[in-house]
Amino acid sequence: MASDRIFGLVVVIGALAYFAGALSIQTSFLSDPLGPRAFPIGIAVASLLCGLTILARPDAEPDWPGRPAWLSMGVALAVLVAYAYSVVPFGFLVPTAIASAAIGYLIEPKAAQSAVMGVTLSVILFVLFKYGLGLGLFAFPRSLMG
Amino acid sequence: METLSNLAMGFGVALTPFTLFLAFCGCFLGTIIGALPGLGPSNGVAILIPLAFALGLDATQALVLLTSVYYGTMYGGRISSILLNIPGDEPAMMTTLDGFPMAKQGRAGDALVISGVASFVGSFLSTVGLVVVAPILASIAYLFGPAEYFALYLLAFATLGGMTSSNQAKSAFAACLGLGLAMVGLDNAGLPRFTGGNLHLMDGIDFLVAIVGLFAIAEIFIFIESHGKNSAIGVTIGKLTIPWADLKASSGTMLRGTGLGFIAGVLPGAGASLGSFMAYMAEKSWVGSKGRFGKGDPRGVAAPEAGNNAAAGGAMVPMLTLGVPGSGTTAVMLALLMTLNITPGPLLFKEQPEIVWGLIASLFIANIVLLIMNVPLVKIFVKVLMVPPWVLMPMVTMVSFVGIFSLSGSYFDMLLMIAFGALGYILRKLDVPTVPVILGILLGNAMEDSLRRAMVISDGDWTYLFSTPIAVGLWLFAAGGFLAPMFLRKIVKRPPIPSGDLPLDAD
Repeated sequence: MASDRIFGLVVVIGALAYFAGALSIQTSFLSDPLGPRAFPIGIAVASLLCGLTILARPDAEPDWPGRPAWLSMGVALAVLVAYAYSVVPFGFLVPTAIASAAIGYLIEPKAAQSAVMGVTLSVILFVLFKYGLGLGLFAFPRSLMG
Repeated sequence: METLSNLAMGFGVALTPFTLFLAFCGCFLGTIIGALPGLGPSNGVAILIPLAFALGLDATQALVLLTSVYYGTMYGGRISSILLNIPGDEPAMMTTLDGFPMAKQGRAGDALVISGVASFVGSFLSTVGLVVVAPILASIAYLFGPAEYFALYLLAFATLGGMTSSNQAKSAFAACLGLGLAMVGLDNAGLPRFTGGNLHLMDGIDFLVAIVGLFAIAEIFIFIESHGKNSAIGVTIGKLTIPWADLKASSGTMLRGTGLGFIAGVLPGAGASLGSFMAYMAEKSWVGSKGRFGKGDPRGVAAPEAGNNAAAGGAMVPMLTLGVPGSGTTAVMLALLMTLNITPGPLLFKEQPEIVWGLIASLFIANIVLLIMNVPLVKIFVKVLMVPPWVLMPMVTMVSFVGIFSLSGSYFDMLLMIAFGALGYILRKLDVPTVPVILGILLGNAMEDSLRRAMVISDGDWTYLFSTPIAVGLWLFAAGGFLAPMFLRKIVKRPPIPSGDLPLDAD
């Protein structure tokens, strides 16, 4: 109940923001009868109706995970974002090993097992992608590779 | 006759040693992907699309590879349904009802063989159906102008939402979300919209990024939440024999399941899950109290497998002829075609017949390969099920990242993919279907374009949208498809499905 009320409210606010965004789209003189604003405005109106319906008739409360699971998922999210930022400057092998090990550990918390898996997976995937598929990956930071 | 000569041409395109090799690899990978709980047709095909480009395949080869994967996942889904009582993907859900009881009675091998043969019958006959129906539908689709296409897109959203969710407002919102995201970027007149001045967004949001995020990355969060409890350890099957008596007894079942599944697949928005559901329920009521459905009746394995594989073939019909996918996986296939610069629709049949017929021929080839792989060699795939989730999910993550990175080489797309992953998790928890989001991102620009062209033709007269009988018919079907489930849901109750962590993949 509560979740859907919040969700419906978010949808309504989002739809209004989208509506405002649609109104601020530049139009040119050489436009077709409909122009670039009409379709986004239609989407905003439809979303608004959906949001109001969700608010008015919420479903049963979903089965949210407990605090530890949220924490794990937050860590996973941070790991993934860090991976996206680090894979180019630090090369493929090290960030991939760390990120794989972290995800593995979050699914089954056994440190040694995850570490071994992370390193193995990283090497196997590197060989597969680099030599099997011919992707232009760098194993280590480019500055170290010369 | 023309059809046969076209088909012969298709086989000419598809029967080179290299494409056969690709079909073989695709079928193998596909069966594995389908069998692994957590990876299904949509996310399996999605994470492989960027890699298919990295391989430098041409259009036909990429299509052969990925359609083989698609068909392979449909075969593979049953393996974990039968052995573990966990559907490998959503369409295989109904197979658990009788497949797992059979496995408990020590007949796992029989169940695998029967379902393998049923899968073959379903998908082979539905590919024949595709050959017959697609050119007819393509010739009707010639009559479609912008007004009809606009109504058709609306129909796709209305029915897809109606079938996949239990809350119409939420599925309609999902479609709006996708459409809204499709608007980001330059419009067809070259004006930027919703980019916030961010240069990365000028080209719009790449639908592959959204697909991989919503399907694959979101699954990682689901696995972390559940700690991968549903893993497969210690599954064994004995010597495989072919249960001729059961196969003979269920031959009628397979044919009926195929027919129903094919129809479910052709209908926009219904897809393979509905195909297997309808086939199972129809068979159950056809056989009546004589059957032992739910307690390990071989027909209860044959019907849903014939149904979901037939639906997989049927779903290709609207995707190829109209450019409107009938299910989540065909939406992903549409994404593939669009990335290859192939626009599905009636013109495709006329202008690039070698692609259409090559694709159809490769579907036939994939089926034969899959039958060989899935009946005598099924034990190999059973071994694959032992891959624990703490290895599988990091692998999925890294393949997704590398695939998306290889598309554009920018960290921005990877961040966007992670954002879609988090969004996908939240949406799934709130029971908002993700397939309409994908469909919206895929079709948003085409839908707006058809509306704008319709308004140009009629000089802004809205009644033009309802000016032809075909358009009016499509509008009526759209309204019916959206409203009907609200009433039907009260009458038709889904049978109890095994609780547990179902894969994200809405077929």
